[in-house]
Amino acid sequence: MFKSGTPLTSLAITAGGLIGFFVLMIGLVGVNAVLLQTLDGLSKGSAYAMIALGLTLIFGTLGVVNFAHGALFMIGAFCAVTLSKFLTLSKEVVDESKTDFLGNPLKVNVPYVNDLFGEATGATIIDWAVPLSLLFAIPVMILVGIVMERGLIKHFYKRPHADQILVTFGLAIVLQEIIKFYYGANPIPTPAPSAFSGSLDFGALIGMDPNLIIYPYWRIIYFVFAALIIGAVFAFLQFTTFGMVVRAGMADRETVQLLGINIDRRFTLMFGLAAAVAGLAGVMYTPINSPNYHMGMDFLVLSFVVVVVGGMGSLPGAVLAGFLLGILESFASMREILDVLPGINQIIIYLVAIIILLTRPRGLMGKKGVMEE
Amino acid sequence: MAILEVKNVNKRFGGLQALGDVNLSVEENSVHAIIGPNGAGKSTLLNCLVGKLTPDTGSVMFDGQSVLGRKPYEINQMGISRVFQTPEIFGDLTVMENMMIPIFAKRDGAFRMHAIESTANEKGVIEQAESMLEDMSMIDKQHMHAAAMSRGDKRRLEIGMCLAQEPRLLLLDEPTAGMARADTNNTIDLLKQISDERNITIAIIEHDMHVVFSLAQRITVLAQGTPLVEDTPDKIKGHPKVREAYLGESA
Amino acid sequence: MFGLNKKDFNLFLIVIALTMLAPFILNPFPAGSGMAQFNAGYPDLMQRFVIFGIFAIGFNILFGLTGYLSFGHAAFLGVGSYGAIWMMKLVTLNVIPAIIMGVIVSGVFALAIGFISLRRSGIYFSILTLAFAQMSYALAYSVLTPITGGETGLQIKPTDRPIFSNLEEGEIGRANLFGLDMRSSYELEVGNWAFTFNTGYYIAAIVMILAFYLSIRIFRSPFGTMLRAVKSNQTRMNYTGLNARPYTLAAFVISGMYAGLAGGLLVAMDTQVGPERMFWTASGEVVLMTILGGASTLIGPVLGAGLIKYMENILSKINKDILHQWFAFLPDGIEDFLVTIVYPFIGKGWHLTLGIIFMAVVIFLPGGLVEGGKRFMDFVKRKKSKTPPSDESAQSTPAE
Repeated sequence: MFKSGTPLTSLAITAGGLIGFFVLMIGLVGVNAVLLQTLDGLSKGSAYAMIALGLTLIFGTLGVVNFAHGALFMIGAFCAVTLSKFLTLSKEVVDESKTDFLGNPLKVNVPYVNDLFGEATGATIIDWAVPLSLLFAIPVMILVGIVMERGLIKHFYKRPHADQILVTFGLAIVLQEIIKFYYGANPIPTPAPSAFSGSLDFGALIGMDPNLIIYPYWRIIYFVFAALIIGAVFAFLQFTTFGMVVRAGMADRETVQLLGINIDRRFTLMFGLAAAVAGLAGVMYTPINSPNYHMGMDFLVLSFVVVVVGGMGSLPGAVLAGFLLGILESFASMREILDVLPGINQIIIYLVAIIILLTRPRGLMGKKGVMEE
Repeated sequence: MAILEVKNVNKRFGGLQALGDVNLSVEENSVHAIIGPNGAGKSTLLNCLVGKLTPDTGSVMFDGQSVLGRKPYEINQMGISRVFQTPEIFGDLTVMENMMIPIFAKRDGAFRMHAIESTANEKGVIEQAESMLEDMSMIDKQHMHAAAMSRGDKRRLEIGMCLAQEPRLLLLDEPTAGMARADTNNTIDLLKQISDERNITIAIIEHDMHVVFSLAQRITVLAQGTPLVEDTPDKIKGHPKVREAYLGESA
Repeated sequence: MFGLNKKDFNLFLIVIALTMLAPFILNPFPAGSGMAQFNAGYPDLMQRFVIFGIFAIGFNILFGLTGYLSFGHAAFLGVGSYGAIWMMKLVTLNVIPAIIMGVIVSGVFALAIGFISLRRSGIYFSILTLAFAQMSYALAYSVLTPITGGETGLQIKPTDRPIFSNLEEGEIGRANLFGLDMRSSYELEVGNWAFTFNTGYYIAAIVMILAFYLSIRIFRSPFGTMLRAVKSNQTRMNYTGLNARPYTLAAFVISGMYAGLAGGLLVAMDTQVGPERMFWTASGEVVLMTILGGASTLIGPVLGAGLIKYMENILSKINKDILHQWFAFLPDGIEDFLVTIVYPFIGKGWHLTLGIIFMAVVIFLPGGLVEGGKRFMDFVKRKKSKTPPSDESAQSTPAE
């Protein structure tokens, strides 16, 4: 049925391999551990998948290898930091009803939002700073993306890929140093709303004994969020005229241009969209790991590996590879595995990338001849 | 004696039969043209000869040896050189360096680690390269970057690079495609001169009938992946099957 | 001379002169003066100049000639360092066997990694080398701790008793060259100036001169021409009867051995090594050095390495107080304003300056500092040779 070399074959192989892998793992460590690790893998993979999706969008539409994409993720995270700092801007007022230990009236910091919305609403708003940052981050990220594309990337369409890598690498350094200058080098804790700070008893939810599979709420939310974002991007590309033109442009840029469609402007907007996806991924990531200035670079290296494993230029490939590698990574971190193969969790992603690149040069779902100069 | 012998070659791409039972034999020291309408499988056939593609079935013998399963550089070392449709030269290098590379390849084989010797001391290679550049009448351009030359000059250089290897068989893939009339005529003269003066067999794929009939001693007409006729130019000109293949069923 | 043409020979002489006189050239300001902080003529930094120069020269043999962009070259530097330090810990404190060991180990390592990575080209090659380097780093950091010392790395300890050494009880071994201590220095004071001549630096400098000489020979050899042919057009290469793979692999291994040489020298100077030497940012740094100076030029990588190491060590030391001193002659308001503007670019922010310079080079000067120098010289020459009428001079400006 399947011709060798089509994305379908690799999908079939991947699916078969996954099923075999899960059966094996269930036999080895039991259902509970497998479920827990899969959950963990999906939430880890969410960030990879979203960043890789944006990278692929940019690569597929503009043909640019964007080493500054991790920096966009980081800027997104710092949008959340900025908003929560902004919301907690306070004035000092004297609270007559209370006294400090010397008997003087107590000075307390009252955030301005409390003045505007009242105490209870104000506290809630501050508590929900991270989700609120999504609204703030969308316009900021789209703007950043468009400025980046018009101001810099545009001039590199005709330059070799090596130049694109180098200039965006330089840009990434500049962006992260700017963030470091204003926000310092230390991680800035940015908690999730208190409603989501606990853990979900996932086992009990699906009818198993309670307390077997417990997983933090926010990570589950992160996965759901990623699924929604990815779904939205695909739906956008699939069902809107804009998306159709962009997909056509990804397939054959020149022909689309010959049709008299201004593809460049759409591609600029695509860049903005990709930046927004990365930024939103960054916003929602802040409660999982406190953001610092080099988080983007840390993710970028892995995300590139993800993109290459998925197949350069393939959107489904990027998403698939993101989740797959996330799952593999969390399985590799299990005690049972580490006892047999010490250190495997540190290298599993790279190892898989090397094997895939050597056996399936175009990645899991890549098209022929992309980026092989 | 046939220097190139293609027997029962088949090649499929998915559902498309690109080549079906192709038989072809090229006589030594002749100019053999392969013509046919677009999509007839000319380029596929050529790629099967030089190792870029491997036929599904059949055999390709060059000078009594099979070329199948060999890499392009190995086939080249056997004595087959190829000129591409768009000139493939070393654009970042000077014309002189371009010309020296095939001479090194001829002398040293596919790989040699001559990392300490100075290129400037390779007097023999330099002399050979100079004389070939003289023959191509581009010695005055020897210090130019190859990419900076005109298309016609690039084509001359590429042909010269192939000749510098002293191949037994020279394959040309539409060497005059996209060329102005004057450049085309220059190329025809050059190829004529090559086939007259050097011991080189030439196989040429061409669209331009003017070029084909000025050069070829034998012509194979390919249509839909199968050879229709093989004959001398005079016979081909009036052949009804050829007219049909080119002008469509109704002719 | 030495098999070099006149131009290359002159360049070689300049490099020899610069490296041998570096203690003078890099210390132009009198000690104790306000400008003394810009002096780079102290042994530690000078050693880094030449050692990272070697690293970049080697990287350029791969990237500059073949166009293969390796993003994992620091792995070879690290592996070479580990090889060298084990040689010192176990066999002898003489630096020559240690350096040779570093070169051999990284050469073998490069052969293995290159053999696999070079099956792909373009960005796939870059990602493969990056993946291998990150794996090496992760392993050196964790599982391979018995060999690599893990996070703390390896140093020469009082308990280390190399076979060929006659250390006294409890004496910590020191790197030497046939008894000549790497850390020994001769101080020369001329008036207010102080110059330091350090054994380690001169040994590293001589090695760099040799490495530079070898790279000129490679650039000018038929092998070098073949490597440039790989970069230019692999299709034509294949159809000219040349097998590109062994050429690129040879370049990769040579380049890896250069990295190992640099790694071995680093160990010879400070007798320690840690896994962070293999982290991908270190690989990125050598890319920056090479591009900044000028890829595929002979001298470019050395200049780039020097510039980056200078910025890392000198620019990063400038702080707010020093800025205030500089701008003290200005009215207070302007002084504060200027300090505020400049401050983000110096001290801990030196990476920002580096990033901006690097971007500017990639955008406007793809040939790096060397091309910049060339354009400047052309400009000066044109001015000198004639003072043309204004319309002509406008025309002669390169339209780029």
